[in-house]
Amino acid sequence: MSTGLLFALVGAALFPMGVAGLLVQRHLLRRILAFNLMGSGAFLILVGLAQRQDVADPVPQAMVLTGIVVAVAATALALALTRRLYALTGRLELPDVEHD
Amino acid sequence: MTEALLDPLPGLILLPLAWGIAAFLLGPGRGAAPAIVTLSLQFLFCLQLTHQVLADGPATHPVGGWGAPLGIDLMADGLATAMLLLTQAVALPLAVYARAYFRPGAPEARHFWPLFGLLLAGLNGLFLSADLFNVYVTLELVGLAAVGLVAMGGGAGQIAAALRYLFATLLGSGAYLLGVALIYGSYGSVSITTLEPLVAAHAPTLVGLAGGLMLLGLMLKTALFPFHFWLPPAHGGAAAPVSALLSALVVKASFYLILRLWLGPLAPLSALHPLLPWLPALLGTAAIFWGSWKAIRALRLKMMIAYSTVAQLGYLFLIFPLLGALGGLQAGIMQAFAHGLAKAAMFAAAGVLIKATGQDTIAGLAGAAQKLPLTLFAFGLAGVTLMGLPPSAGFLAKWQLIEAALGQDCWLIALVALAGGLLAAVYVFRVLRQAFLLTAPESSLQPVPRSLEWAAFALASASVLLGLRGVELMQLLHVGWAG
Repeated sequence: MSTGLLFALVGAALFPMGVAGLLVQRHLLRRILAFNLMGSGAFLILVGLAQRQDVADPVPQAMVLTGIVVAVAATALALALTRRLYALTGRLELPDVEHD
Repeated sequence: MTEALLDPLPGLILLPLAWGIAAFLLGPGRGAAPAIVTLSLQFLFCLQLTHQVLADGPATHPVGGWGAPLGIDLMADGLATAMLLLTQAVALPLAVYARAYFRPGAPEARHFWPLFGLLLAGLNGLFLSADLFNVYVTLELVGLAAVGLVAMGGGAGQIAAALRYLFATLLGSGAYLLGVALIYGSYGSVSITTLEPLVAAHAPTLVGLAGGLMLLGLMLKTALFPFHFWLPPAHGGAAAPVSALLSALVVKASFYLILRLWLGPLAPLSALHPLLPWLPALLGTAAIFWGSWKAIRALRLKMMIAYSTVAQLGYLFLIFPLLGALGGLQAGIMQAFAHGLAKAAMFAAAGVLIKATGQDTIAGLAGAAQKLPLTLFAFGLAGVTLMGLPPSAGFLAKWQLIEAALGQDCWLIALVALAGGLLAAVYVFRVLRQAFLLTAPESSLQPVPRSLEWAAFALASASVLLGLRGVELMQLLHVGWAG
């Protein structure tokens, strides 16, 4: 099995784990980590699947770099909001949806 | 640089980015004046682009002169130009509105203008993108700016709504990105035009999976039933100008992408089974009934309008079985325009009512019509568009939808569209009836700036008057239509 395919398979395992964490976990930090796991899964697939005959394709690597910048920004925003929520309510979980 | 600023394609991305950054540098709560001036310029750019696209067909611009596949291409066909036009047409009156809405130095307005600029740069970039990965980046820009706008108020409820929205939007774009990864792995390209013949020639199962993931992620971001859970708290809890922007424009961006994928690279896949286009239509039908029901039962004014957005988004998905003919697309874009303008007007009018009465329940609106006739008139006009009464753009959208449905023997869709209009009448009249109740003269309302009322009125009348000028818009959609 080529290294590229191995990367892609690891990514295919990570992505659903991240999605499950994002949906099931209630603790906000765990959900943020789960989002990062999901993102890493997609990045591994993007780089791994495009790699043919062990020659690296530069285009998906540039895409993943961009994707990492986006993921860092999203993580920072999520952490800032989480801190603010903790300061206001003292909890690290989202309150239940109020039915209006 | 000057050349890029004079070309409408890069100009529409650079200008909002520039005034967004300028507003950030000017400091908290400032930057309204440059925003309004530049937005007017953007609107002119859009009109120029419309003229150009109608005359010469789709416009393209290779950013920095590099060109695809190494660089990034911007592309505007009829569909993209129509969405750009809607975006600037809604953003300009809302900027005038927001300037009067946020008191200078108000803590909840600290970051409105920079985030507004970034949001518009992201939206314009998204409509102009010609490749799937650029779409992902602009999608995230729009999502992050929108989450920032929701959180702007700083209260615990708003922060929680923003976080819930953030997780939903990240999950949606994550699914989209995985789809892009699978498509790049299969074809070695992300350019929308290059992919179309490749997918048509050969589509392995992996590409079907990729298409499903992308559409599912985008439906989550469009808040299509049953993925609408994040929308009412986010749109109903934010400040009025923010709710208006989110309901009128942000959810339309992901809808536009669904449409673009469905008509473009994923067209061979959606034609695989005749029942496939009925799935979005079925979810849209459920959205219309569920959203309308919740709107009829809502106690708070902005929650009612937010649930009405859930219902109105349902109409956009009714067109999918009808996309074999141009009439289906025209009905969908007309509905996007009608809802965008009317919903922005409705949230703007709601903002005036909430400022004036100091609370946001529907029951507390009694007597508002005597004091704020212009705002109530704007609310009523927006309601006319949502119900689909002539001569509004909403009427034109429903008319085209029903015509396309009957032309293709899908009378079920026509029935749903008519029933949805009746339900909209119920929730609009609930508000109007309450506002027209006569109250004792001592009930006092806070004074509100006149420009708030006029901005709401301008948006509402645009949503009605567009019904009389719909032909130009329909012509625009001919440009780049392949089917």
